[in-house]
Amino acid sequence: MAYSLKINGATQEVEAEAGTPLLWVIRDELKMTGTKFGCGVASCGACTVHLNGEPVRSCQTFIEDVEDAEVSTIEAIAEDKVGAAVQQAWVELDVAQCGYCQSGQIMSAVGLLSENAKPTIEEINDYMQGNACRCATYQRIRAAVQRASEILEA
Amino acid sequence: MTTLSRRGFLKSAAAAGAVLAVGVHPNGAVAAGAEPAVMNPFLKLATNGRVTAIVKHAEIGQGAATGLTTLIAEELGVQMDQIDFEFAPSNPQLYNNLHLGTLQGTGGSTAIANSYVQYRTAGAAARDMLINAAASDWGVSAADLSIENGTIAGAGHVAPLGDYVVAASQLDAPAEPKLKDPSEFKLIGRSDLRRKDGAAKTNGSAKFAMDLHLDNQIFATVLRSPRMGGKLVDFDASGAEGIRGFIGAEALPAINSVAIYAENTWAAFQARNAIEVTWDDSEAETRSSDQIQSEMMALLDAKPTYDVTGDAGGATSKIDEATTVVEETFYFPLLAHAPMEPLNCIIEPGEDGGVILHDAAQGTTIVHNSLSQALGLPWEKIKINVTLAGGSFGRRTTSDSDYQVEAALAFAATDRTRPVKLVWSREDDITAGFYRPAVAHRVKVGLDAEGNVLGWDHRIAAQSLIKGTVFEDFVIKDGIDATSVEGVNDTHYMVPNLYVGLSDAPKTTTVLWWRSVGHTHTAYVMESMIDVVAKAAGRDPLEFRLELLEGGDKDQVRLARVLKLAAEKANWGQAAAGRSQGLAVHKSFGSYVAEVVEVSGTAENGIQVERVTCAVDCGLAVNPDVVKAQMEGGIGYGLGHAMRNEITLTDGVVDQSNFPDYEPLRIGDIAAIDVHIVPSAEAPSGVGEPGTPPSAPALANAIAANGPRVTALPMINNGVEFL
Repeated sequence: MAYSLKINGATQEVEAEAGTPLLWVIRDELKMTGTKFGCGVASCGACTVHLNGEPVRSCQTFIEDVEDAEVSTIEAIAEDKVGAAVQQAWVELDVAQCGYCQSGQIMSAVGLLSENAKPTIEEINDYMQGNACRCATYQRIRAAVQRASEILEA
Repeated sequence: MTTLSRRGFLKSAAAAGAVLAVGVHPNGAVAAGAEPAVMNPFLKLATNGRVTAIVKHAEIGQGAATGLTTLIAEELGVQMDQIDFEFAPSNPQLYNNLHLGTLQGTGGSTAIANSYVQYRTAGAAARDMLINAAASDWGVSAADLSIENGTIAGAGHVAPLGDYVVAASQLDAPAEPKLKDPSEFKLIGRSDLRRKDGAAKTNGSAKFAMDLHLDNQIFATVLRSPRMGGKLVDFDASGAEGIRGFIGAEALPAINSVAIYAENTWAAFQARNAIEVTWDDSEAETRSSDQIQSEMMALLDAKPTYDVTGDAGGATSKIDEATTVVEETFYFPLLAHAPMEPLNCIIEPGEDGGVILHDAAQGTTIVHNSLSQALGLPWEKIKINVTLAGGSFGRRTTSDSDYQVEAALAFAATDRTRPVKLVWSREDDITAGFYRPAVAHRVKVGLDAEGNVLGWDHRIAAQSLIKGTVFEDFVIKDGIDATSVEGVNDTHYMVPNLYVGLSDAPKTTTVLWWRSVGHTHTAYVMESMIDVVAKAAGRDPLEFRLELLEGGDKDQVRLARVLKLAAEKANWGQAAAGRSQGLAVHKSFGSYVAEVVEVSGTAENGIQVERVTCAVDCGLAVNPDVVKAQMEGGIGYGLGHAMRNEITLTDGVVDQSNFPDYEPLRIGDIAAIDVHIVPSAEAPSGVGEPGTPPSAPALANAIAANGPRVTALPMINNGVEFL
C-alpha cells in the first residue's frame, strides 16, 4: 500500500507492504544508500537514522509506524549544527577505515551530543555500545565525539 | 591572420579532454602517452590539472587508495587535494601484484610494498615529461624547472601543470625517472594527511557495491545446504507466491543451491524464508565441534604426518635430559570474518553476451577466472568494476570466488536481460563457511638447571587452508601447508633443537585465511609458550625474549627494537595497583610488532582491557596515521575474537547465525590503544595484518600474570569473564 514518508524535510510517497523495515524503504525505494544494512536484527547499528531527532535502528522500525514522524538520515545530517560538527570531527581524526558502519556511528553520535553536550568517556561508551565497527575504529570514535563536543563549544 | 601561440594551441587541444597517462610495466618499463586505454596507467593528468591515481589494490579500509595517491602526489609534485583515485580495471598483464606473480589482487598486506616503487616511478615520469615539455616551450633548461603544488616554475616562468599535458603526452617516456631521495619527501611520512576516502565515508556518499542501483536490476538471495556437502534434491517455492515483489526461484545445481529473485532486497529475504528445500545429506558433513576437537587432539597424540624441521629425535632426546619440562596444549576454534558489509555483487549484462561484474573484488584475477569458467565466457567478455569494500579481513578472496560465482549462476539462470544483484544477509555471512580453520598445538619445552632452553617439540594439527584450492600447486611443498606452521618453524627466537611436526585435520567446513592467516594461532602459541618457559626459568618475560633475540641478525634486531619501545612506552613492570601486564612480539608480512596489554580485574570477576601499547616497525611509514589506524584495528580484531568468538557445529550445522551470538568487539572493550612507529628507512612492509597476531597472546599473558593460563579460545568459554 501507499505510505507518505517525511524524510530529510521532504515528503515522499512510497509503495510498500506493512511490516517492511524503514531501512529497505530508504535504501531500495528511495535509493538513499548512506543508511546501511549490517545485520537486520538491530544488533550492529549500521542502519541508524533519526526519528523525530532520536536515533533508531531502521531495520527494526516499520514503515507503518513512521508515517507521522520526521525521519532524518546521514544525507541530511550536515544541516544540523551537531551533525556538521560530528562530521567535521570524523574527518579531522580520520575515523573511517572501511567506512561501512560510519553513517550509523555518526547518527548515534549526533543523538548523544544532542542530549549531552559534553559526555564523559563512560557516557560515550554506554551510548555507542550498540554500534559495531568490525574495523575496530572505536578509539577514534571516542576521540571524535569529544572533538565534536569541543567544536560545538567553541 | 591569427597565429595561435603554442600555449594557445595547447589550451584549445585541452578542450578535447586530453590527458597525460603514465604507467609502469611489471618489468619496470615506463609507458606514457595520451591514450590511457592502450597501457597500464597508474595516473592520468587532465588539462584542468586534476590528477587521477588508478589504484590497482582493493580499498577494504586499510588505506590503499590513500597510500597509492600519496606515492604519485609526492613524486609528481601536487598536493593531496589535487589528486583523486579510481580503481584499476581487471588486467593482470598490467596491474598484477608483484608479490603474487601474475595475479592482480590484494592480500598478504602487500599493497604499499608492491606499489612503493611503481607508483612513485609513474609520478616521477610524469613530472619529468611535464618539465621537459615546459622547458622546450620556454627555451630554458629542464634542470632549472621544478614542480610544486601543481605548478611548473623556474627560469622566470610559471605555469599550471595542465598547460603542458598535451605537449608532455607526445614526448617519449623517460627510461629511468629519478625518484626523490627520502630526505626530499614532502608528503610521504606526514601524519597530517587525511584519507582520500574519509569525507565520502562520513557523509553517506561513498558507494559500496551494496549501494549500487543499476537500471532495472533485480535482487537475488541464495539458499545453500546448511551442511558442507549437502546436495540439493528439490525445493518448493509456493510459500513465497504471495510475497509482493517475489519474482521466482531457480535451482542452481552446479552449486547445490536455490536462487530466489525479487524486485527488492526485503522481498528476496522474505521469499527465501518461505521456500522449502529438501537436502540429501548422505555425503554431508555431520560432525559436531566436540568431535572435531577430539579428532584434532588425537592427531596431536599420533606421530605427525609431516616433519617440518627434520625428525623429532633431537628435540626429544634433549627434552629427556632436561631438568624442567613444560608442556601446554592449545585449541583454536573456527572463526567467521564478518566484514561489516554483507557480501554482495551485481552481474550486469554487457555487450555481445558478456557481463560486467560490480564487486569489491579483492582477488581480481581469481574472480575473473571463476566467472569465465562459471559462465563459459571468454575472459575478454567479462569486465570488472571494482568498488569500495565494506571490510574483508580475508573473506573477499576465496579460491573458487564463492559469492561472485553464486551471482553469476543466479544471473545465468535468468533470461540475462536484467542486472542481478546478489545480496547476502548477516546470517548467510555467519553460516556459509569459509572460516579461519580450527587448529590445535601441543608444545613441550625442556630447560636445564639454569633455565636455558634445551629443546622445543611443537606439534600442530590444522585444517589446511591451501589444500584442495587453486593455490595448492604454488604453496604446498612436500605435503606441507606453510600457512599452518608460519610463525613457528621460522621463529626468530634462538631456540635450539626445534622440532615442528604437522598433521592435516579433516575439514568439516570450508576454511579461509583470516586477518594474518597462520599467524592468528602460531603467534598465540609461541608468545604464550615463551611466557610459560620464562616463568619456569624464573625470568622476566621481556628480558627472556630479548636474550633469545640476541643473535644479531636483522630480524632479531628489529624484533628487539619494537619490544623495547613497547615496553618503555607501557612502563613495563610498573603496572598500576590491581593491574597486570602481558607482552608479545611477532613478525608477519615483513613487519615487526610488539604489544603490551594491561588489564584490571580478575578472570573470575571480570577483566577489563585498560590499555594496549603497540610498537611497530613496518619500514618507512608512507602514511603514519594510516599505519596507526591499522594497528588499532588489527589489535581490536585480534582481541575481540580471542575474547569471545567461535563458530561451532552441531551435527554439521553452524550454531551461530548473527551478531547476537557472534558478538563483535564493542566500544567499551578496550579502554585505550597507544601506537608508536619505529622510524625506519627500510622499504615499506605490511600493516593491514601484522597488528593482529601479538594482541591475543599479550592479553593471555596479562591474564596469566595474575590468573589462569588460557590455552583454548575463546577466553569467555575457557574460564575468563570480561567486564
